Amino acid sequence: MTRTAPTTPAPASVPEPSAVPGKGASASRDPGPARIALRRFLRHRLAVAGVLVLLALAVGCFGATWLAPSPRNAQDLLLGATPPSGAHLLGTDELGRDYLSEVLYAGRISLAIGLGVAVLSTTLGTVVGCVAGYFGGWVDEVTMRVADLFLVVPAIALLALAIQGLGSSPVTIVLVLAGLGWTVIARVVRAQVLSLREKEYVEAARVLGVPTVRILWRHLLPNLVGVVVVNVSLSVAAAVILESTLSFLGFGVQPPRSSWGNMLSQASGMVGTSQSYLLYAPGAAILLTVLAVNFVGDGLRDAFDPQGRH
Amino acid sequence: MTPTPPLLAVEDLTVRYRTDAGPVTAVDNLSFEVAAGSTLGIVGESGSGKTAASMALMGLLPRTAEVTGSARLHGQELLGRPDSAMRDIRGRRIAVIFQDALSALNPMMTIGAQLAEAVRVHDRSRSAGELRERAVELLDLVGIPSPAARLDQYPHEYSGGMRQRALIAMGIANDPDILVADEPTTALDVTVQAQVLDVIRRVQERTGTAVLLITHDLGVVAGLADRIMVMYAGAKLEEGGVEQIFYRPAHPYTRGLLAALPRIDRRLARLEPIPGQPPQPHDRPGGCLFRARCRHADPDRCTRPLPAPAEVSAGHLTSCVRVHEIASAG
Amino acid sequence: MVTYIARRLVYSVPVLALASFVLFWAVRTTFDPLAKLRQSHDPTVLARETARLGLNRSVIEQYGLWMKAFLTGDWGTSTRTGGAVSAMIGSALGSTLQLIGWGVLFAALLALAIGLYSAARQYSAGDYAFTALSYLGIAMPPFWVGLLLIQILAVWPQQQFHLAHPPLYFVGLHSPGHSGPDLDYFRHLVLPVLTMTVGLVASWSRFSRATLLESLTGDYVRTARAKGVPRRQILVRHALRNSLAPFVTVVAMDAALLFGGLVVTEQIYSVPGMGRLFLDSMLAGDVFTLVPWMFVVAVAMILFNLLADIGYALLDPRVALR
Repeated sequence: MTRTAPTTPAPASVPEPSAVPGKGASASRDPGPARIALRRFLRHRLAVAGVLVLLALAVGCFGATWLAPSPRNAQDLLLGATPPSGAHLLGTDELGRDYLSEVLYAGRISLAIGLGVAVLSTTLGTVVGCVAGYFGGWVDEVTMRVADLFLVVPAIALLALAIQGLGSSPVTIVLVLAGLGWTVIARVVRAQVLSLREKEYVEAARVLGVPTVRILWRHLLPNLVGVVVVNVSLSVAAAVILESTLSFLGFGVQPPRSSWGNMLSQASGMVGTSQSYLLYAPGAAILLTVLAVNFVGDGLRDAFDPQGRH
Repeated sequence: MTPTPPLLAVEDLTVRYRTDAGPVTAVDNLSFEVAAGSTLGIVGESGSGKTAASMALMGLLPRTAEVTGSARLHGQELLGRPDSAMRDIRGRRIAVIFQDALSALNPMMTIGAQLAEAVRVHDRSRSAGELRERAVELLDLVGIPSPAARLDQYPHEYSGGMRQRALIAMGIANDPDILVADEPTTALDVTVQAQVLDVIRRVQERTGTAVLLITHDLGVVAGLADRIMVMYAGAKLEEGGVEQIFYRPAHPYTRGLLAALPRIDRRLARLEPIPGQPPQPHDRPGGCLFRARCRHADPDRCTRPLPAPAEVSAGHLTSCVRVHEIASAG
Repeated sequence: MVTYIARRLVYSVPVLALASFVLFWAVRTTFDPLAKLRQSHDPTVLARETARLGLNRSVIEQYGLWMKAFLTGDWGTSTRTGGAVSAMIGSALGSTLQLIGWGVLFAALLALAIGLYSAARQYSAGDYAFTALSYLGIAMPPFWVGLLLIQILAVWPQQQFHLAHPPLYFVGLHSPGHSGPDLDYFRHLVLPVLTMTVGLVASWSRFSRATLLESLTGDYVRTARAKGVPRRQILVRHALRNSLAPFVTVVAMDAALLFGGLVVTEQIYSVPGMGRLFLDSMLAGDVFTLVPWMFVVAVAMILFNLLADIGYALLDPRVALR
């Protein structure tokens, strides 16, 4: 498929594809618009703050082995549940585990699921949307009808059913959430591709005999970077919340694995008791993550879509 | 020349917008007068400041605009009034007809409701029946057939020309002293254009309102205006009676505009475009703003600060400092 | 209009058929309908039930049998409770509709009020405050909101002021012995309605602010100002009126999602609605309830989406449904 060194001379505006088309390759080769987008993003103060918060969360959670005050699951049954104090900043649970450490360790799964779902569902949706929009006809018809089906079935029910049937390991949860989440971005990408493929330069590339895959990769995808990147951030937020909701309902990550969702699920029994403080930290962690991701998403939207600014 | 004070007297009107890239001048030291019942045509390309000037009179510029100078209606200052005081003027003393009636009319309200609103805002005493009667009367005045039946229709049920007529009806609802017609025919077909201009003319005869006709189309002002003001990059380049402007244009820009106009009386076909572009609004050179595109430009005289437009004959002013040399050069 | 509605309903039949088949298949492959009976180790009963349900036939035939029974009003019996599925879904739908009705009404009015305020005073301190709150509302997991609300509005005041009962209840819709719309009902309703509306108010108020501000940039607003119409009147008569159609559409479409989407709220507050019914059936592997449940929810979603389009057409004179 990768036919390099085309026999027909490529238009001057089309740079040669590098041997290995890496992830950020197309952006770094073309510094103009990328740098403009970066500058716009950096001007969005909340978005920059969001990036910093996410970095801190990622370092804290994935570096928990070195950074957390206690090792994972270190119990102190004699101590039992204690409210937040100097020794245990977020207190301890009924097994005497340091709650801050538990929150950090649980964050690994929550964040990994969020990121995994976002990347997977966006990739899937972008590919489906591109194919549907570019080829049209029955391909488009079939994929879009399938996407429509997802509209009439309540998401939570479908997710619970799928996880019940397929098991609830974190990998399955990622696959199931991504399997449900691709429709949104697929619609957006399809609409964009539909209008882009009528553009003169795409027409021109087709007339010149540029292979279809190359047209999609070199001419259409770069135009979709904005919506795709924004979608990744929005789906991280949605996935983190959905995972926690599923865990709360008993369909998500199962103990002894812990995520913020199932920590909250366990703490939900503590409403109205002296241990109600256990409710706050995991929820706040989710809130902080989603808030930061949404700010980053806003910043990205502004960075890629200058017209959308007020 | 006129012993009675003019209806509207604008002096040194300047409009600047604050932007990220620094202040942008939209209207530059503009002065003009409008006599009661007369029609002043303001001609210029888009971006020449003609709309900004008229919106400044109504206090309808966005908050980023900074307006200085003076504009007196019947000797009463309009600029710098609070919005609540301007509301009383708008629609009653000065009314506007915007271009593109489709978007200028509220798509969710019937034409009748929008006409009634225009009247009721300034006269709370009228009953619903009276408002309806007045709305029918107004639609009839602008030549809409079976107005009573048309009253309850929505803008999208009207044709383009009828929408523009409805907008004119809304403008004259309170017998304003001045009717600002901002490109009233730009969005219309040529045949409909003529009809709409005819409506404006008839309305003016019936109500005696003065008209400020803003357009980029010299052909439109030719039949309607008493006087014409030519604007360029926010400044007045020339002003005079219709015949003065059309038969004895003084400014090279006006000449260029006329040369670019198709005319029936001259079969000689080449229309001459004016070369170049107007100056960028945030990068205004000193001196004559048109000199970069002017073939008569003098590197010395035209770069110096311009004096106020001077008379070349009675009532005919131009900002061009080389007007006499150009005239003798032909 | 009538032909439009009829055509939309006809179009939704194949969608429903396909969706229900996929769900039927998914539910049947996930759960064994005879799981309970297998514990009894009675081969004759097992064989009889297998034959009655057609379990030895292909999925398509099974689906056909089920659909035929379903359409003739025979929705089957729940393996979990032994009751008629139609009655269970009927009563669950009743509870859920109460939550949807109050919740959507409350959320829509509040969101519209916030949107109007924010649009009228764009970039004011109040506008920023509502913006910040809406970001919080969207970022909070709904079940966490519920737990916090119980803690803050029910448990804490009860403990603080040593009350016999919490000021707001958080179990069910009525106390034993109560029914109908009385004060007891109201005290039960506040927390679940608040829980389900936090996210709705947050996103709807953003939407209404955005559409109002967009309406305010319209040329017809400039025309109204040129007529001398006061700002407040422009906001209500012109901007609000013009943003109402998209707002109602969004509200109706989100409301459609609530039929099966109140799982969390109903679980937290033990409201015997559709979400609760789904969870219970799911945990018990009650396929005979799950399949009709999904069908009913899908129908409700389709109807509400149709309602959204009709609402739009009624509110916007430019749209004619044909």
